Amino acid sequence: MTSEQYPKNYLYKRIVQAKLFIDQNYADKIDIDNISDEAYFSKFHFIRLFKKIYGKTPHQYLSAVRIQNAIRLLQANHPVTDVCYAVGFESLSSFGSLFKRVVGSTPSGFLEAQQQRKMQVQNKPFRFIPGCFAHQFGWHKK
Amino acid sequence: MINKLVFATVYVLNQASAYYFYVNKLGFKVHTNAPIGKDNRWLTVTPPDQPEIEISLLLVTEGEMFTKESVKAVTELIRKGTFGHGGFECNDIYATYEELKSKGVEFAQAPKEEFYGVAAVFKDDSGNWFSLTQKAKQS
Repeated sequence: MTSEQYPKNYLYKRIVQAKLFIDQNYADKIDIDNISDEAYFSKFHFIRLFKKIYGKTPHQYLSAVRIQNAIRLLQANHPVTDVCYAVGFESLSSFGSLFKRVVGSTPSGFLEAQQQRKMQVQNKPFRFIPGCFAHQFGWHKK
Repeated sequence: MINKLVFATVYVLNQASAYYFYVNKLGFKVHTNAPIGKDNRWLTVTPPDQPEIEISLLLVTEGEMFTKESVKAVTELIRKGTFGHGGFECNDIYATYEELKSKGVEFAQAPKEEFYGVAAVFKDDSGNWFSLTQKAKQS
C-alpha cells in the first residue's frame, strides 16, 4: 500500500476495531461471524485481511490473547482454575494443553515459578538490577 | 567482542504512568519490577516479540546520579521531546498507527514513505520519541 492509497484507511480501521474488540472481550464467548459482521466484511474477506495484517487468523489471535492474559493473571498470583475461566476457556483441559503448547510448561508449573521469582524480586531486588546502575545511582545504600 | 544488546535505558517522568503506557498502550511485557527504596523501581519491559531485550524505564530523581539542578534540566528536556531513544518495527504500520492512535498515543509524524520502508514517529507519555517502521519488502 502506498501513502496515496492511505485515505482508504476505513479498511484498516475496521480490522483494527475488530482486533481491539478481541483484546477487550477475549473473556467472553466470541463468535468470529459476529466480529466480521461488525466489521462489515464477509467472513472470508475478514479472515483474509486480518491474517494479512496480524499474521494470525482471528481465532488464532483470540487464543493467543487468552494465553497472554492467562500469563498476566498467573503472574499476579491468581489460581489456575480462576484464570482458566477468567480468560474465556471452557475447560481446564483445553486451557492446560494450549497453555503448555504455547508457554512450554503447565499453568500450575508456571504459577509456581512466577511465585518464586516474584518473592526473590521482592526480597532481593538487587539480584535483578545491573550492579553498575545500582552503584551509579547509589541505590545499594538504600 | 561485544555480542548483543541486553538492555537500554529510557528516562521517564513517572514510572506508574510509564508502566501503563508501555504495557497497556504499546502492548509490551513487564520483565522485572523490583523495588528500590520507597518511591523508585527497577522497571523493565520488553517488546512483545523480543523478550531478550529489556527497556529500563528509569526515573529521573535526585541522588548520586542527578543533582537537583540536573533533575530539573533533564525533566524539562524530556518534556520538550528532546530525546529520541530508538526505533521499533512492526509488521503493518497503518494498522499499528490506527490502533495506537485509538489508544491516545501521540504521533509526531504519521506514516510516511521512506527509501527503507514506511516510518512514523510517536511519543511516550513522558515525551520521549521513537520511530516506528514497517520495512520495505526486499525485492
